[in-house]
Amino acid sequence: MRIIYTDVLVVGGGLAGLRAAVGARRRGHDVIILSLVPPKRSHSAAAQGGMQASLGNTVKGEGDNEDVHFEDTVRGSDWGCDQDVARLFVHTAPQAVRELAAWGVPWNRIKAGDREVIMDGKRVTLTEGQAAHGLIAARDFGGTKKWRTCYVSDGTGHAMLYAVSDQAVAERIPVHERMEALALIHEGGRCHGAIVRNLVTGELTAYVAKATCIATGGFGRIYRVTSNAVINEGIGAAIALETGVACLGNMEAVQFHPTTIFPAGILVTEGCRGDGGLLKDAAGHRFMPDYEPEKKELASRDVVSRRMEEHIRAGHGVKSRFGEHLWLDITLLGAAHIDGKLREVKEICQHFLGIDPARDLIPVRPAQHYSMGGIRTDARGHARGLKGLFACGEAACWDLHGFNRLGGNSVAETVVAGMIVGENMADFVESAAGELQVSTALVRECLESEQAKLDTLLHGNGTESGAELMRRMQDIMTDKVGIFRTGELLQSAVEELQGLLVRSRRIGLRTRRPGANPELVTAYRVQKMIKLALCVAYGALQRTESRGAHFREDYPRRDDADWLKRTLATWQDDFQTLPTLDYEPLDVATMELPPGWRGYGARNAIEHPATVGRAAEIEAIRAAFGHADRFTVQQALMPFDHLIPSRFRGRNARLGETS
Amino acid sequence: MMKKDTTKGPRALTLRILRSSPTEGIAPHWQDFHVEEAEGMTLFIALNEVRETLDPALQFDFVCRAGICGSCGMLINGKPGLACRSLTRDLGPVITLAPLPVFELIGDLSVNTGKWMRGTAERLETWIHSSQEADLTAVETPMEPELAEAIYELDRCIECGCCVAGCGTLRMREEFVGAIGLNKIARFRLDPRDERSDDDFYQLIGDDTGVFGCMSLLACHDVCPKGLPLQTQIAFLRRKMVASGV
Repeated sequence: MRIIYTDVLVVGGGLAGLRAAVGARRRGHDVIILSLVPPKRSHSAAAQGGMQASLGNTVKGEGDNEDVHFEDTVRGSDWGCDQDVARLFVHTAPQAVRELAAWGVPWNRIKAGDREVIMDGKRVTLTEGQAAHGLIAARDFGGTKKWRTCYVSDGTGHAMLYAVSDQAVAERIPVHERMEALALIHEGGRCHGAIVRNLVTGELTAYVAKATCIATGGFGRIYRVTSNAVINEGIGAAIALETGVACLGNMEAVQFHPTTIFPAGILVTEGCRGDGGLLKDAAGHRFMPDYEPEKKELASRDVVSRRMEEHIRAGHGVKSRFGEHLWLDITLLGAAHIDGKLREVKEICQHFLGIDPARDLIPVRPAQHYSMGGIRTDARGHARGLKGLFACGEAACWDLHGFNRLGGNSVAETVVAGMIVGENMADFVESAAGELQVSTALVRECLESEQAKLDTLLHGNGTESGAELMRRMQDIMTDKVGIFRTGELLQSAVEELQGLLVRSRRIGLRTRRPGANPELVTAYRVQKMIKLALCVAYGALQRTESRGAHFREDYPRRDDADWLKRTLATWQDDFQTLPTLDYEPLDVATMELPPGWRGYGARNAIEHPATVGRAAEIEAIRAAFGHADRFTVQQALMPFDHLIPSRFRGRNARLGETS
Repeated sequence: MMKKDTTKGPRALTLRILRSSPTEGIAPHWQDFHVEEAEGMTLFIALNEVRETLDPALQFDFVCRAGICGSCGMLINGKPGLACRSLTRDLGPVITLAPLPVFELIGDLSVNTGKWMRGTAERLETWIHSSQEADLTAVETPMEPELAEAIYELDRCIECGCCVAGCGTLRMREEFVGAIGLNKIARFRLDPRDERSDDDFYQLIGDDTGVFGCMSLLACHDVCPKGLPLQTQIAFLRRKMVASGV
């Protein structure tokens, strides 16, 4: 049995995992990163439009600060997020952008003077101040009051990923590529690392660590139509679920991005609309203002996706041989803008559609895009139920995003959470609780159990096809657990998925070689993915309300009275066919921003009984503090400083802000 | 002139794939797979169809399938390119696919670009070298907008390995850093946040494993899927390094 020991084991080589690894390494700890692919190929690279941080440099960002970003994020989440985490995040995001600038990310910069932009379909002249010249620019994104999304053309994730990945090289952090964690080693509520399969040789190795961090991204591939990369199968979340003690939060909260090209599902950035692009129907009519007069194309993603599907249902879709779609029109932005700021979009249109977006309309339709749910952690990134296990980025339900995340907040979350969780893991490793106390007998038992499962697949007499189960699961999820949900559809999805789960225990293979064997990989992954799919579908069936991206046609109102709570899914016994669901209430009495209207979308929420009281309390606190600065007032409303790692506690300086 | 027959069904495609499995001692050999062409079919779709319906053991690498991540470089009819964004309608009825040369072969169409690229990053130290730790709460240092854009132009490399596979010099000189390496140096040289001087860069690439090794065949420039200005960068860097070397 091969055992590798390290202080910190990071599973996942995308932005979140890399940044967490760099943080722990800089604190003097040994770190190993495991990655399915070379880290620069991670799905972080596909983030196009930008990352939110309230630098407030641009004229359309004037007056922006942590408070405004906080409120946008909470409203975007439809009050599903953890407000402490949202505070922690908005405080650290400006530092993350500036750190990345120092690491070489070529953020787009402000040019002083006049420039023409497109806003609400019209040409407008903006004048940038001299003092802002050369500072980091920002573009508009959905669901925000200010232009806050810092960007590098539309290759933001790529530039960030390369900078952080190269920092990991500079720190001499080993990345073990083409390695997949199959199970966590754990006992008595303490995680000790993972059993890992080499995807080339098939060999299993035990990685024993004081702290283990899962940063494996989302699980979009449980859907047929998704913008996600093919590696986003959620195996990191699944192995946490399979411990039976860690839990997954809000798995039913799944985001559908409004603009993926039809029918391939490849993303074109929200920056297209942020920069002035419009959505149009078969008749060439710009329909979003009819539904959403306040924010139009730039309402939050859940709202825009729903309105688009609603419009298609009303008979206004463009018919094609693959089904119906709508149009994204960026022709009004002009070729020069597209060549400079939307280059990836242009390339995608050229290569996959054979069109020039400066002249032609882009066929788009919403597709699965982001998993708000994931491994439930506390505000420090420590997994609930399993000491020594951490999670960050899309794999985690930290819970920054609640039931809908804002565009630009996820790629920001990767680095911010990485910064914070890296420090917290170092603290943990240095503490008494971080001491390694693991018996090699346990490690051996765990490794042998994984080997036995693989051997059963390779040499058993199963007859089911993993690829077929995968296809069916993906169809069920896209057809029945999509944007519009009903009890009836969800019930049938849950029942059918349970059937698939049972069948997945009898998969047989045609290729029996133990090493590089894509058929074997599909087989063991689909067994795990069906469990995730069941967490999503069953959680959605139980949640009899509509909140953010979770929309129940039979329960169309947000119900704060009964559903202001987070779903927690566990899977205690491998032979159960449904997750066990528990609920974690959100406490209105401690919220800085109690539930209300988001400023877009429906206005029909059922109020929580404590909301009025908390609102009055907040008003009284604000009145009592009179002219105190915003930091003092904020501290009185919802203190969160204790959650910030000490090295990130300083106040963010801004152009023209004195405090 | 023959009229196009619109009643004709979809094309029958032959994917002629160079198979191999070094771990099992299976030597390279060609194998044909037949698939029916569909509208908008890419090599990503075609190869997945082969794996799902004909040979579940076929190895290849895709990640983003959107031309962004650089995983799927392979020889398509002999020329390095990204398979995910290659439409079958732009290719003939027989399509040959082979793994990228130069890189360590994993099996079939899969090669170990990750190991090669990590080696390049370590050797050329492809990160910002700065003696000061940034003050994260202070307003960032300004940069001219045009300079930021120029850096991004070179930062767009996706490390797909097409330039490496197309490089004549690399066939003769294994230690050559390739266009990808030289482009990285050009990128960091342009970046004022990196404190390294031309003398420092000369130490890294000032010999025939670096910028003076290039034979100027420039296939790298022709095959780069991102259209990076490799030709200009190599020529420019050579002049600068000569100045530094003399």
